[in-house]
Amino acid sequence: MSKDPSQSLSHFRLENGLDVVVIPDRRAPVVTHMVYYRNGAADDPHGKSGIAHFLEHLMFKGTQKHPKGAFSEIVSELGGQENAFTGHDYTAYFQRVAAEHLGTVMELEADRMTGLVLDEPEVLSERDVILEERKMHVDADPASQLYESLQSALYTHHPYGTPIIGWQHEIETLGREDALAYYRRFYTPENAILLVAGDVTEAVVRPLAEATYGRLPRRNEAPVRQRPQEPPAHTERMITLRDAKVEQPTAYRMYLAPSHTTASGNDAHALEVLSQLLGGSSSSLMYRELVVEQEAAVNVSSWYRNDAVDQGYFGLYAVPREGVSLSDLDTRMDALIDRVIEQGVDEADLARARTRLVADLIYAQDSQAHLARIYGATLATGGAISDVRDWPERIEAITNSDIMRVAKTYLVRRTAVRGHLEQAA
Amino acid sequence: MNVPKIAIAAAPSTRIDRIITPAGIEAWLVEDYTVPIISMDFAFIGGSALDAPDKAGLSTMMAGLSDEGAGPYAAQAFQERLDDLAIELAFSSNRDRFEGSLRTLARHADAAFDMLGLAITQPRFDTDAIARVRAQITASLKRAETDPDSMVWKAYQSRSFGDHPYGRPEKGSVKTVAGLTRDDLVTCRSARLGKSTLRISVVGAVSGEQLAVHLDRVFGALPADVDHAAIADVVPGALGARAVVPLKVPQSTLAMGRPGLGRKDPDFMAAYVVNHILGGGSFTSRLWTEVREKRGLAYSVWSQMSTARHAASLLAGTATSNERIAESLAIIETELRRMAEYGPTQDELDKALKYLIGSYALRFDTSRKIASHLVEIQVEDLGIDYIATRNQRMAAVTLDDARRAAGRLIGDGQMLVAVVGQPAGITAEG
Repeated sequence: MSKDPSQSLSHFRLENGLDVVVIPDRRAPVVTHMVYYRNGAADDPHGKSGIAHFLEHLMFKGTQKHPKGAFSEIVSELGGQENAFTGHDYTAYFQRVAAEHLGTVMELEADRMTGLVLDEPEVLSERDVILEERKMHVDADPASQLYESLQSALYTHHPYGTPIIGWQHEIETLGREDALAYYRRFYTPENAILLVAGDVTEAVVRPLAEATYGRLPRRNEAPVRQRPQEPPAHTERMITLRDAKVEQPTAYRMYLAPSHTTASGNDAHALEVLSQLLGGSSSSLMYRELVVEQEAAVNVSSWYRNDAVDQGYFGLYAVPREGVSLSDLDTRMDALIDRVIEQGVDEADLARARTRLVADLIYAQDSQAHLARIYGATLATGGAISDVRDWPERIEAITNSDIMRVAKTYLVRRTAVRGHLEQAA
Repeated sequence: MNVPKIAIAAAPSTRIDRIITPAGIEAWLVEDYTVPIISMDFAFIGGSALDAPDKAGLSTMMAGLSDEGAGPYAAQAFQERLDDLAIELAFSSNRDRFEGSLRTLARHADAAFDMLGLAITQPRFDTDAIARVRAQITASLKRAETDPDSMVWKAYQSRSFGDHPYGRPEKGSVKTVAGLTRDDLVTCRSARLGKSTLRISVVGAVSGEQLAVHLDRVFGALPADVDHAAIADVVPGALGARAVVPLKVPQSTLAMGRPGLGRKDPDFMAAYVVNHILGGGSFTSRLWTEVREKRGLAYSVWSQMSTARHAASLLAGTATSNERIAESLAIIETELRRMAEYGPTQDELDKALKYLIGSYALRFDTSRKIASHLVEIQVEDLGIDYIATRNQRMAAVTLDDARRAAGRLIGDGQMLVAVVGQPAGITAEG
């Protein structure tokens, strides 16, 4: 058992292998109760894309003990809120309730870890809901379609290249047995992380966890993620989407980069700072140069997917001003990156980026739900509590030479994937 | 499983202090030192509805320019100073309000309030910043031109409110935004920002005495009163009409609505409960059950009581494949009529009250949520005791109240309907 005195956080494991994290925040008499499973869309069997997300929907359908709709009705009558989400590496379920109802939601969530009952007609109807979800988020939005293609181009072999929601033609074939097979494989106490944040202590949570989740039998071995890994990239790729609905062209750029789990040394921390430096705010380099000084773009941004079990990526985008071409923006982005690689950045800019990142963790302490998500995502992708605790110090230690090194190593044009969103002529 | 009977959950225990500064500025403060940060939300009553038709988008542009340079700091220097100290400052505008939020580490409070003060009292409105923000707003307006959700609400509002300012797009159009000048911004600022329309909430690591000093430095020099044109109240219209906006996508997005009940209506609380049962409660509402759970017609389906300052509406929306959207619409209309005619059942009412009463505490678990809720209460003029009495008033809603409110809220069920997509079986009418 480890304790973090700075946040009186505790972390322990039940005998059946379930990880438990308690994050006290006594300001309001409410708790956030979350369960993360260490499996996500990247663990979908070949040809069954979307099954992790489909199962997440089906988990609300009921168990023998709490049939059809009972789960949501009980949570609602307790004045609670609930939802769930699926990522490439994890699937998570949560409820937010008054602290005195924690035991009830723990009993409900523990019950559906092994007791799910699925009805064929309900499964098929829910599949229609997911097809509508896909239409809503992807089919009506050219930018989302391009983004799916960029990910597929970036990850040619690894399942991160497949959308979390799945491809439509495969979703259409998913059925009850697929969901149950996936459920039996991954929904076990050894594969789960329980997080309780809010008006509680370990002394309250531990006996409740023992009495609910603790009764579930262990499987003796945690499920193993079996994923094909991405081969080294040798080519630069250019993906173009032209659609009459595009009113605002955009230039994208994506590079494979290590995640916190796969990175060596401080590369992942340096990439976080680099992302903040390049396009993290209105004082970032891309904003200052492309938007303010050169007046070539109206908006820019950068992001770095770092909480991943396997390789992450680094992304940039820029929206041109009227009359500026996307290839012109590409050239300007390259010039900026080349300069960072060769000359580094201004020390004041670097200090600002570090400060801004570190403050985010302080601000996160204002939200029990946000804290639970930070720890949940970290643990579910192979990190440790200490990674979160040590993170500010490691960010503060990033130097100009770290920035130059990771920019040179990972922001490599000849293996990048570029994307252009253009209006059809 | 034991589910408690209706318990009037203790009202959130959050202690709120009402402070009045020497300059006469009122703020509601929740003093809490657990986390070393300060969150502030504030609103000036009067937003984009005050923009003249040929100046539509002015309020939005003023919000966009409020963090683009002030006092001695040009835009970049201003942004750099905020980021140097990890100060978060944001401005926005909607139909009824010009709003801002500030978040800072307690140790940088002085600098944070200084920067906010500059933004409020000495915005620069530099020419290059105006050009940049104009380009950004124009880009988002263009994107909205083919975004189904933006399109459908634009179509709905223009029909629902006609020539009333609520009928115009909040952010204006590419054309009106192109015509906005620096003089417009300067005039707008001095006409609209005054102490009498300002509402403030602060949560976090600051005492009342310290806060009073900060607030007077930020807002003390504003004029006492504002120079607004009055905006007329309006009743949403075009009931029974159907607008179809063609867009080549496989799914149709639907928006619908009719007049609702305002916050000050004696049946507002009961109507709020009725709406929760109809389509407000996410995983348990009638619309959710009928449209999504039973038939798989949509990912999202909802209804909502909209209480703009000058119009109350009951709104609903969903998105369904083009070939099945008519079915979704028919089900929503059936559920509306059923609710208007019979109201909810006692069981539905009991369950809804348990949720609405029990979940109120969830609005008080982060500084930002508290600050935002407290500004809302002030803008709506609900009184500082609202938080203490809200759950008791909710619990007092009876089945008779709910039935009466359902009838008043939904009436004959006639709605204005707008659809974007290629809907089969829905044609424009009226």
